[in-house]
Amino acid sequence: MATPDLSPAQLAAPTYPAELRSQLFQYVVQLADTSLILAHRLSEWCGHGPVLEQDLALSNIALDLLGEARSYYQYAAELEGRGRTEDDLAYLRSAVEYRNPLLVEQPNGDFAYTIVRQFLFDNFHYQLLKELKAGPDARLAAIAEKSLKEAAYHLKWSSEWLIRLGDGTPESRRRLDKAIAALWRFAGELTTPTPGESHLQELGLVPDYAALLPAMQAHVAHVLAEATVPLPTAPVAQLGGKTGRHSEHLGYLLAELQYLQRTYPGLTW
Amino acid sequence: METLAPDLSPEAQFQARIDADIRIEPKDWMPEAYRKTLIRQISQHAHSELVGMLPEGNWITRAPSLKRKAILLAKVQDEAGHGLYLYSAAETLGTSRDQMLADLHSGKAKYSSIFNYPTLSWADMGCVGWLVDGAAILNQVPLCRTSYGPYARAMVRVCKEESFHQRQGFEIMQTLCEGAPVQKEMAQEALNRWWWPTLMMFGPKDADSPNTEQSMKWRIKRFTNDELRQKFVDMMVPQAEFLGLKVPDDKVQWNEERQAYDFGEVDWEEFWNVVKGNGLCNHERLQARVQAHEEGAWVREAALAHAAKRKERAAVAA
Repeated sequence: MATPDLSPAQLAAPTYPAELRSQLFQYVVQLADTSLILAHRLSEWCGHGPVLEQDLALSNIALDLLGEARSYYQYAAELEGRGRTEDDLAYLRSAVEYRNPLLVEQPNGDFAYTIVRQFLFDNFHYQLLKELKAGPDARLAAIAEKSLKEAAYHLKWSSEWLIRLGDGTPESRRRLDKAIAALWRFAGELTTPTPGESHLQELGLVPDYAALLPAMQAHVAHVLAEATVPLPTAPVAQLGGKTGRHSEHLGYLLAELQYLQRTYPGLTW
Repeated sequence: METLAPDLSPEAQFQARIDADIRIEPKDWMPEAYRKTLIRQISQHAHSELVGMLPEGNWITRAPSLKRKAILLAKVQDEAGHGLYLYSAAETLGTSRDQMLADLHSGKAKYSSIFNYPTLSWADMGCVGWLVDGAAILNQVPLCRTSYGPYARAMVRVCKEESFHQRQGFEIMQTLCEGAPVQKEMAQEALNRWWWPTLMMFGPKDADSPNTEQSMKWRIKRFTNDELRQKFVDMMVPQAEFLGLKVPDDKVQWNEERQAYDFGEVDWEEFWNVVKGNGLCNHERLQARVQAHEEGAWVREAALAHAAKRKERAAVAA
């Protein structure tokens, strides 16, 4: 991470200059949206997992990500300072205002889809949290420190499953290959900075994705080799979610997620 | 096995242990009917946890706040955990999880009929916690002292979590009842639908409950169905009043002489109908379980195949 251009006083959240605070707000909302949408997808598995132990694991990961999302939303609401709450941010923004990358909104598909989606996310998430934890924003560092332990477990879980499915039966391999073909194109967006992210990265306030890539690529190579799966040739990355241009799936997801708050505005539940 | 009366037959010794409140453990001698009764009851209980995930799982993606979503997801996850302990407890009696699941999927094994009712509004998450878990606790607390050790120990853990769930359910109801009129209506409407089915959770009337007498003698069961149902009504009527809700039974009235509430007759025709598989959700609940199991088969096979490959490689390397 580059040396921050900001004085320590400026780095304390309440004293960020207004423009920077608003840029950081966008960034934190993006982190929150990403964790929430993936948690939501994983929670759709609850009660329908392939075996009871994995049903539990999927719910566990969903709960971790939901908890992480809430911490980010709470921080984002404070940065914004307009009296919005975590629930206002999650329940009262439309799809074009959501900032999660396309990968996490993709439907669960079969277990292989869920594993590939999870593996690609976990590999990024783990490295990102490691850097955020060491970053200059104290609040993000604290959230990252707590979430890093969970993310390490998530990455271990999805890596092991990817290996099992790749080096399991012909059927599991066929399904895994299909999932990789469908989802690999969404991986690039995770580490492709938006203009807003680039700006914060230049200031040294948030992790530079270029610095995460070597460790991420090494882990992918290692896991795929164990899974006996050839490294996919880099597909054209699908971009858009982080700037509010989503796939068709997000609208349905939000319609469900926001249903009660939208139907009965302004009530306490 | 500790011998209390060496001159007696195994059956008599067994009953003497039961009467002395000494726990029966997996390796102890037990009558075949006791083993069968327990397998039936514990696996039915485990299946109820598993199927019970579905009606509440139905609202996880629509929970009205992030906090409620987290609480509900954690609750349903606890139920999966209860299922695991209970399947393990049943396995100590010489059955397997695969066998028990096969019996569930074929319709041979039952699960609690309450889960064959649909969850139609957010207030149902309140009612399921407050009433359904409340009824389950009354049924289950005595099971912490049931005669079979592994079952009793599993139930101690289950009951701790269930009482937590019940408070969460009550709190959902309370929030609704203290909220806008539309929320209170939602709460009352849900109570109207869940009240009678929860009374049915205690099972048929004592006179129509063929297993009760033997189960009481073996101390698998410690209270009769009607005793527990009465306890439930006595507990819940004041709670509903506290919430400002009315239970949908005009016959509910405090009986000074009995020091208990009188209440109306359960619709036993509906009870037996749902038990026999004709409730609104019987078909889809079972289908959901069968589908998850069948669609998960290739995943379980892949895990086994991979483990076998690893083992083989390790053997070659050694």
